[in-house]
Amino acid sequence: MSNLVTNVGHAHGHDHGHDDHHHDSGEMTVFGFWLYLMTDCILFASIFAAYAVLVNNVAGGPSGHDIFELPYVLGETALLLFSSITYGFAMLAFFRGNKKQVLGWLAMTFLFGLGFIGMEINEFHLLISEGYGPSRSGFLSAFFTLVGTHGLHVTSGLIWMAIMMYQVQKNGLTATNKTRLSCLSLFWHFLDVVWICVFTVVYLMGTM
Amino acid sequence: MANAHSHNGHDDGSHGSVKSYAIGFVLSVILTLIPFGLVMYPTLPKSITLMIVLAFAVIQVLVHLVYFLHLDRSQAQRNNVIAFVFAAIVILLLVGLSIWIMFSIHTFMMAK
Amino acid sequence: MFGKLSWEAVPFHEPIVMVTIAMIALGGVALFAAITYFKKWTYLWSEWLTSVDHKKIGVMYIIVAMVMLLRGFADAIMMRTQLAMATEGSPGYLPPEHYDQIFTAHGVIMIIFMAMPFFTGLMNLAVPLQIGARDVAYPFLNSLSFWLLVSGVVLINLSLGVGEFAKTGWVAYPPLSGLQYSPGVGMDYYIWALQLSGLGTTLTGVNFLATVLKMRTPGMKLMDMPIFTWTCTWANVLIVASFPILTATLALLTLDRYMDFHIFTNELGGNPMMYVNLFWAWGHPEVYILILPAFGIFSEVISTFSGKKLFGHHSMIYASGAISILGFMVWLHHFFTMGSGASVNAFFGLATMLISIPTGVKLFNWLFTIYQGRLRFTSQVMWTLGFMVTFAIGGMTGVLLAIPGADFVLHNSLFVIAHFHNVIIGGAVFGYIAGFGFYFPKAFGFKLHEGWGKAAFWFWITGFFVAFMPLYVLGFMGMTRRLNATTNPEWVPYLYVAMFGAVMIAVGIACQLIQLYVSVRDRNKPENMCEHGDPWNAHTLEWSTSSPPPFYNFAVLPKADVVDPFTEAKENGTAYKAPAKYEPIHMPNNTATGVVMGALLTVFGFAMIWHIWWLAIASLAGTVIYFVIHAARDDQGYYVPVDVIERIEAEQHKRLVAAGKVPATATRVETSLEQA
Repeated sequence: MSNLVTNVGHAHGHDHGHDDHHHDSGEMTVFGFWLYLMTDCILFASIFAAYAVLVNNVAGGPSGHDIFELPYVLGETALLLFSSITYGFAMLAFFRGNKKQVLGWLAMTFLFGLGFIGMEINEFHLLISEGYGPSRSGFLSAFFTLVGTHGLHVTSGLIWMAIMMYQVQKNGLTATNKTRLSCLSLFWHFLDVVWICVFTVVYLMGTM
Repeated sequence: MANAHSHNGHDDGSHGSVKSYAIGFVLSVILTLIPFGLVMYPTLPKSITLMIVLAFAVIQVLVHLVYFLHLDRSQAQRNNVIAFVFAAIVILLLVGLSIWIMFSIHTFMMAK
Repeated sequence: MFGKLSWEAVPFHEPIVMVTIAMIALGGVALFAAITYFKKWTYLWSEWLTSVDHKKIGVMYIIVAMVMLLRGFADAIMMRTQLAMATEGSPGYLPPEHYDQIFTAHGVIMIIFMAMPFFTGLMNLAVPLQIGARDVAYPFLNSLSFWLLVSGVVLINLSLGVGEFAKTGWVAYPPLSGLQYSPGVGMDYYIWALQLSGLGTTLTGVNFLATVLKMRTPGMKLMDMPIFTWTCTWANVLIVASFPILTATLALLTLDRYMDFHIFTNELGGNPMMYVNLFWAWGHPEVYILILPAFGIFSEVISTFSGKKLFGHHSMIYASGAISILGFMVWLHHFFTMGSGASVNAFFGLATMLISIPTGVKLFNWLFTIYQGRLRFTSQVMWTLGFMVTFAIGGMTGVLLAIPGADFVLHNSLFVIAHFHNVIIGGAVFGYIAGFGFYFPKAFGFKLHEGWGKAAFWFWITGFFVAFMPLYVLGFMGMTRRLNATTNPEWVPYLYVAMFGAVMIAVGIACQLIQLYVSVRDRNKPENMCEHGDPWNAHTLEWSTSSPPPFYNFAVLPKADVVDPFTEAKENGTAYKAPAKYEPIHMPNNTATGVVMGALLTVFGFAMIWHIWWLAIASLAGTVIYFVIHAARDDQGYYVPVDVIERIEAEQHKRLVAAGKVPATATRVETSLEQA
């Protein structure tokens, strides 16, 4: 095919002579990412259903009431909520065209997210060292799976964020970076939505 | 792609403002702290607490969707909203029917 | 270093397996040698394996599907032979642990690695053309989806020679599929083959939903989309709704098997019944994912060869939608006997029966389309008519099984086997074969041989009835599924007849292979050639471009503001008109990222199966890093210059004149048609 056509590569991508395909493809990427997030929602829903079925199967082990530390979890929730709003500010800075602020807010979001993951790892570590690991009971298996799946998502989000900070640093506030940061924005806020459900269904209802 | 549909050239307006993020943040804090307080310091009957906790969670999800994920009724967001409503229906069917099935089995087969 | 992997994993002691492997190896070496001899590696790599062109990806999907059809059918004929031999105390020729792997592999292959890629291939080939688009929404993602499927295919075929496959049946219910009762790697092959290909399917669903929502040619309304596009769209809606459930369920089973979790175990509060529930919450929508696109193909075939508009275009769309939504609310009918009680069973039984209403609507729509039309009895039409009869019977036995009381008697019997083969072969497979013959000329520019096609049809449909009607009877007589030997002398004649039916289907498949050979051999005969693009005098946009279509599909985005826009254009004389001038076309570049990521993930799956942890970590990290590098390149594609488009379109114009589709006197450059 390449002998048929001229390969124009990057230069053309930013050429305004050829309509605004760039803008279109960005919009379409964000839409596709939204569709993917819906599938992720359903994946979480399946695990929530499994958790709901297994929540009372403690097999002589501890129940949620025995092991959950609500104030600690409120701390985790606060970190995620802060990270949501700082990410929002990063996007606003992007639309204002302020690269420095974008990087600053992203870095702050990253730290909040890292703090959340740190707290979660600490919580898991404490439970396992007390003998309440996932192998202890059906309830604990489902708990670790559900909370851990959310944690894995946050971790991937952090890796993605680190890569994006590098990309913004290197290439600036390009259309591609705008598209990708918009996708990450959806991902990040979506994880906060999932956390609301985890906080309510697992921690609040488990402690009640 | 060259033939991508572009209903409205620009998506400005769907990425929020400092104000919308602030509103969303304050609402989220309130909607988190009230159920937290009710569970930490039980004052109401358990069933009422449960209903409040669930209702506040649903409201907070909606708050996040509107103020952080910028879902609204604009033309540009139409497909996103449809996709979300569809996913919500699927989730309700999946989780609701699964729980109904599994708890019926529990009642019929495992009840002491 | 190599986890559980050692030379003992290769079943040297099993002659049947070793001969099969030797044959596959010989075939592989021959293929490799042929490609090398004809110096086709570069061509294969740059034009096919790294292609992001939906038409080429579609063709590759269908090739995979056909190869896996042969593999799955080999399993089928081995099972029927075993059951015909292993009667009244004879053990047959297949030891139980081998037989168990065969019926598991048969189910998994036919559903996941034959039917799914066949449907996905036809969808890739036709849907973007039907909506007047130049490619799918995310061409690279499309390539990645395909290579994820290939990862699954490689793993399941590897299980033949390295280790074993699952012995659990294709549903893989725990606790049988748990570590305690299936300690071998067979279950792990199952998990990772399904997990990787399932991921690809989810991405395909997202991709094609975005494609139909965002890439339609200007003027085409959603409700005006061709019916095959619509049924594929409903199938994609079901994919994005149900495949994540499979992903989650397999992940939970993986945790049980790899990390000593207790989600689906018997011990410590696990609940194996939750697996059954989640599996079918995916599994039932899955069969609608298979059947809906076939309905779409039958609709296209019937309206094309009747020379009429499809009767009730809108009602067909709504009926498909109703089937999709109801199809998501019936999954419990696969386990009525698990014990949910009368009210739950009644709800799901009623919902199941309701599905027959929209399906009936469709059947009548097809019949009314034929009514007062001039039906051309091509092989595609014969598959369609055969489907209508066969599927009606399968549907009725389905309604029978939807009655919980009847299901308590028939559950897990051969009646169920007969029922689902009746709807999947008589529905989905007939549809895909009809679609294969229908769209083959579009993909390659020449028609398939009709005589061999019709022979294949008659052997298939007769063989189907001879093979599966006895199974209904055997089900009533009490024969359960997944038996490797029987003792009841009354069953023997039926087992012989079923075996004979399977042989007839084998002859049908042989006819299809001969058909392919003959068609390729005679491709240059004038009566077979149809590079002008419209061999069937069809209605929709995919037939308005050449066969095979140029890589950019349409030089100018076609105009479409009615159902069947190509028919309208032909009637009012605007078809084939060239614009005053062409514009450069933006197209994506080919990329090796899909094939490389697929290869790395195959290694990842293999490493996970054999517990080679370092390799698993390395290959997963490699996949992520390769993707990040790909993304950082930020390939913006290229523009096809006008002179290239003019050259390609001029050739097409010559073909159209030669075929008498366009008068030779017509000047090339007409007044501008709808410009993009």
